[in-house]
Amino acid sequence: MSAKLARRDHRAAWLFLLPVLVVILLVAVWPLARTFYFAFTDAYLDDPSVYSIVWFDNFIEVLNDRSWWVAVRNTLVFTVISVAIETGLGLAIALLLNAAIPGRGLARAAILVPWAIPVVVATKMWEWMLNDQFGVINKILSGLGLVDHGIAWTASSSLIMGVVIFVDVWMTTPFMVLLILAGLQLISPEIFEAADVDGIPAWKRFWSITLPMLRPAIGVAVLFRVLDALRMFDLAYVLAASNENVMTVSIYARDRLISFQELGVGSAASTWVFLLVALVAIIIIGVLRLDRAAGT
Amino acid sequence: MASVSLHAVSKSFGTHAVIQGVELQIDDGEFVVFVGPSGCGKSTLLRIVAGLVAPSSGIVAIGGDDVTDVPASRRGVAFVFQSYALYPHMSVARNIGFALETLGMARDAVSQKVLGVARMLKVDHLMDRRPRELSGGQRQRVAIGRALVRQPEIFLFDEPLSNLDSDLRMEMRLEIARLHTELKTTMIYVTHDQSEAMTLADRIVVLNQGRVEQVGTPQQLYHAPDNRFVAGFIGSPRMNFLNVSSRQEGEVAVLTGAGNLSLALTTGDAQSGIAEIGIRPEALRLVAEGEGRIACILERVEDLGHEHFGYCRISDGTVWVIRLPQAPLPDRIGKPAGLDFAGSAVYAFAADGRRVAVGAGHVAEGPQP
Repeated sequence: MSAKLARRDHRAAWLFLLPVLVVILLVAVWPLARTFYFAFTDAYLDDPSVYSIVWFDNFIEVLNDRSWWVAVRNTLVFTVISVAIETGLGLAIALLLNAAIPGRGLARAAILVPWAIPVVVATKMWEWMLNDQFGVINKILSGLGLVDHGIAWTASSSLIMGVVIFVDVWMTTPFMVLLILAGLQLISPEIFEAADVDGIPAWKRFWSITLPMLRPAIGVAVLFRVLDALRMFDLAYVLAASNENVMTVSIYARDRLISFQELGVGSAASTWVFLLVALVAIIIIGVLRLDRAAGT
Repeated sequence: MASVSLHAVSKSFGTHAVIQGVELQIDDGEFVVFVGPSGCGKSTLLRIVAGLVAPSSGIVAIGGDDVTDVPASRRGVAFVFQSYALYPHMSVARNIGFALETLGMARDAVSQKVLGVARMLKVDHLMDRRPRELSGGQRQRVAIGRALVRQPEIFLFDEPLSNLDSDLRMEMRLEIARLHTELKTTMIYVTHDQSEAMTLADRIVVLNQGRVEQVGTPQQLYHAPDNRFVAGFIGSPRMNFLNVSSRQEGEVAVLTGAGNLSLALTTGDAQSGIAEIGIRPEALRLVAEGEGRIACILERVEDLGHEHFGYCRISDGTVWVIRLPQAPLPDRIGKPAGLDFAGSAVYAFAADGRRVAVGAGHVAEGPQP
């Protein structure tokens, strides 16, 4: 291609990108920049126009707050456990669905249902089912004679994190299944046939062929889920509002910003959330070498 | 090493019958080629032998043992795929040695055997590469190496050369022929390319629409095809055909057809029912207009350097190919000409495609004015 043609191509590309860039500037870059800016001020939400610069005081205040560290711990516990369960379960279901069983199309559609339900609806639904007096779960458990009185699933401080993880697993495993299934279907069936003829045992086939070939797909799925889980807000908030046992960093930032009207400190907390998510994303991309794996 | 026999093997996918009642006996150490047009069921038949596809009915036996219900992994076969099916995330060495590794063989013994096979196939300088870093020919060698290292009793090849360019195809064809001479293992090879079948096979199985049309040595299929399908499929360029009407005069069939054809052939019985004749391009001779046994127009000549093909249109629109010893003078192109052939070169077919045995001797005079 001549230099002139290349230049014309570039100009056309930028022209097409322009509307998107403008939108991103308005809805992402501008609010983000404002948040960063307010993080360095002592502004309050009732009148954000009156403030003075306090530099890093807000960031330090967040780090000195015991609640912040509880929220960080909750967020990390939630992320690691829920994503681990979702990945394992997602892989297992994807492998099952990939086998040529009758009714596979129906199963594939049905499994998507939990993911299609809005988070608030799903959370409320589970909250009702888990209700200690009227919930169907306790009804079944006591009917089977497993418990003599209803368990207060969502009120007990030791159980509530388990409930949050359980509901998240129920809602987002389909997403994992879908991404891993897509990766599975990219693998040529002849590779499995070759392993079959070569007498490779099933477990070895899984560990040495299926899993390594699925690594890019699983990596992308885990990355998406981890980023999602780290900034999780809706599920825990709908279920338990600001209950400290399941307070995530996003809920902490929201409380500082909205409940306490501290625009400056809330912005600083939000910035910490942003940095935390960015850090974890960079680590995952580096560890899984997703950028390179994509080429295989 | 082992023999293979198929008895009444059929396979249907839904209502579609892909393989229909195949009977086949392959001897120990034989090189057999399944050949046929695409969709004829040759790959499915090979997969049935491998155990990758279960037959709907019939018996598959290897080395005399019924293996119909034995999984692929315990049939002692190796399979080379058209797509090579190499493990993309493993090095060449690991690709070749993976099956041995799972057998619990010692690491040293595995790498010894892998190296031996890699040397034999001239890929020993590529041991650390990934499949994606190899050329098509190298991938094919690695795929063959992976099959070889297990010392299988039977080698199965599913169109192994069709993804290669023609130079490489020729080279790998020789390589596979050499392997068979050295190993003397039973090999079954699937291809749609009749020239691969002719050059590699001890015996060729011609398949069409899930049925075996004919089994025989390349020479048998070429010189004595059982039917019109085999006659038309084996040989390149393919046999020329012409629809004829026949009138029986005792044991002589008098044939007439386009291009002022007039031909009489002796037939064994009085009801030969010849509907079509076939003549190979190399049995035809280009002669002057009004001479020879059939009239045509020489439409086009292809000059390939070492050989020349003439395309002659006969009055009913049929185009015959003729192999010429040298390119004809350019001023003959587009002009009427005649084609001559020996009566012994004529194959006759009945309306159902069955070949009719004819005597060579009794051939009538050339085209009538």
